[in-house]
Amino acid sequence: MTAPSAATEVSATRFDPRKARADFPAIHQEVHGRPLAYLDSAASTLKPQVVINEVADVYSRDSANIHRAVHLLSQRATARYEEAREKVRSFLNAERKSEVIFTRGTTESVNLVAQSWARTFLHQGDEVVLTELEHHSNIVPWQIVCEQTGAELVVVPMTDRGEVTVDAFAECLTPRTRIAAMAHVSNALGTVLPVEEMTRLAHERGAVVLLDGAQAVAHVPVDVQALDCDFYAFSGHKLYGPTGVGVLYGRERLLEGMPPYQGGGDMILSVTFAETLYNDLPYKFEAGTPNIAGAIGLGAAIDYFTSFDVDAVHAHEHELLKRATRALESVDGLQILGTAPGKVAAISFLMDQAHPHDIGTIVDAEGVAIRTGHHCAQPVMEHFDVAATARASFGIYNTQDDIDALVGAIARVKELFG
Amino acid sequence: MDLRELYQEVILDHGKNPRNHRFPDPHNREGKGYNPLCGDRITLRLRLAGDRIEDVGFVGQGCAISQASASTMTEAIKGKTIEEAEALFAKFHAMVMGEEGADDDFGSLGKLAVFAGVREFPMRVKCATLGWHTMNSALEDDGSEATTE
Repeated sequence: MTAPSAATEVSATRFDPRKARADFPAIHQEVHGRPLAYLDSAASTLKPQVVINEVADVYSRDSANIHRAVHLLSQRATARYEEAREKVRSFLNAERKSEVIFTRGTTESVNLVAQSWARTFLHQGDEVVLTELEHHSNIVPWQIVCEQTGAELVVVPMTDRGEVTVDAFAECLTPRTRIAAMAHVSNALGTVLPVEEMTRLAHERGAVVLLDGAQAVAHVPVDVQALDCDFYAFSGHKLYGPTGVGVLYGRERLLEGMPPYQGGGDMILSVTFAETLYNDLPYKFEAGTPNIAGAIGLGAAIDYFTSFDVDAVHAHEHELLKRATRALESVDGLQILGTAPGKVAAISFLMDQAHPHDIGTIVDAEGVAIRTGHHCAQPVMEHFDVAATARASFGIYNTQDDIDALVGAIARVKELFG
Repeated sequence: MDLRELYQEVILDHGKNPRNHRFPDPHNREGKGYNPLCGDRITLRLRLAGDRIEDVGFVGQGCAISQASASTMTEAIKGKTIEEAEALFAKFHAMVMGEEGADDDFGSLGKLAVFAGVREFPMRVKCATLGWHTMNSALEDDGSEATTE
């Protein structure tokens, strides 16, 4: 094992991953007779006990619908749901609670903007700017709305290091650009995009900006007012929260002018067959009974995450990324895809000796959980002319031991396939 | 979990050096196969003489399991009738899916029996059947792409 560097020792005084590990029950198990090394947080993070308890507690005590009945259980459920909204507002530093909409996840958040904002305001020949490194969930909704409106997709190319430069983005903006939708952090490569500068440039052209924050929220600071973005989307389960719940932040002025995304209960003020009056923000966009326990669980996840010195958590993850990168770079025949400076929390790689799927199966047998495949980012795969990669990604609970386990498991791949 | 059960020598060998990794010339049937889980694609062509598979080959890239499976398949079906090839796929499928009663039949699968270990790896069944689905598509040859879904 490598001796801890000075940098880790500094961060270790502010953040101790071993303490965080104790909070995650799923990490303390054996997989195929080996201790689990969970390196797939970019796909979904594990959940701390406090989040699991919170969700169980909602169903155990306050199992009622919200915004409906006058009975006590409904009042308590409503209060907790709205407290969770306030926690999200504070986490994103949004100006108003009414700008925080609960959704099923990032995918639904992007679809909401595509179908409500874009479908209403885009016209033939308008342009939607995306980048080459987007996740499918920030591509397909725009393809659908382009089909519906006659607008066109413009794709900002990335470099061979997996970067999207401000210059490349600026070149794609035209007077016809109506919206730019891009990842804050790339899920396949870990690249952090220069979204502040990109947003400024898009706004200069009068375009609206949506940021896909699914991979960002756990790994970089997010402040929607500082970013000045118009929409910000993320998922609870990538921030140590439950699956099936996510968030769309939207600038109030824009949300006000948008038609509802879905019709149903809770999003109305009054309904007659002649006319329906829509509810105020954010309820206008929350049709039907939402994932109440999920939203409250997400609130608990935010409480949990922010109970740490978040900068120290990020520094710890960065140190792990540096060490893992160094360790993997020294493996003969292994190539890392995505080498953008300042990247976070994920390493995509290929091996001469074995296909990513074989790597995934072999390291799994050693107790190491990584993702293999196209990571729902096939344009990225196409850029590098591969069908798939293996990806190791980090979270708050990972330690040097996990990197050692990965390196050991990769040695096993070479042994079998060498 | 014993990885050697999955990655047997025959599989590693065929994965590295797939046989019939070229197109028969001439050919009269073509199938394309795609595994949306991993993005792997293969193209398989064969020459039918009546209902007999005179020659068969494939190109494409993928994991050791999918390449080895397609490779051993081409060896197994060359010279067989369509009916025999389809019967072989049915047996192979039952084996990798771990279907009940499949156990007794491995002997008749010959070399293909090395894929029995795939039963223990449900996430890899689609890798092992990609070539076979593509064969079906080639035999039907209606121009559509076979997927493992």
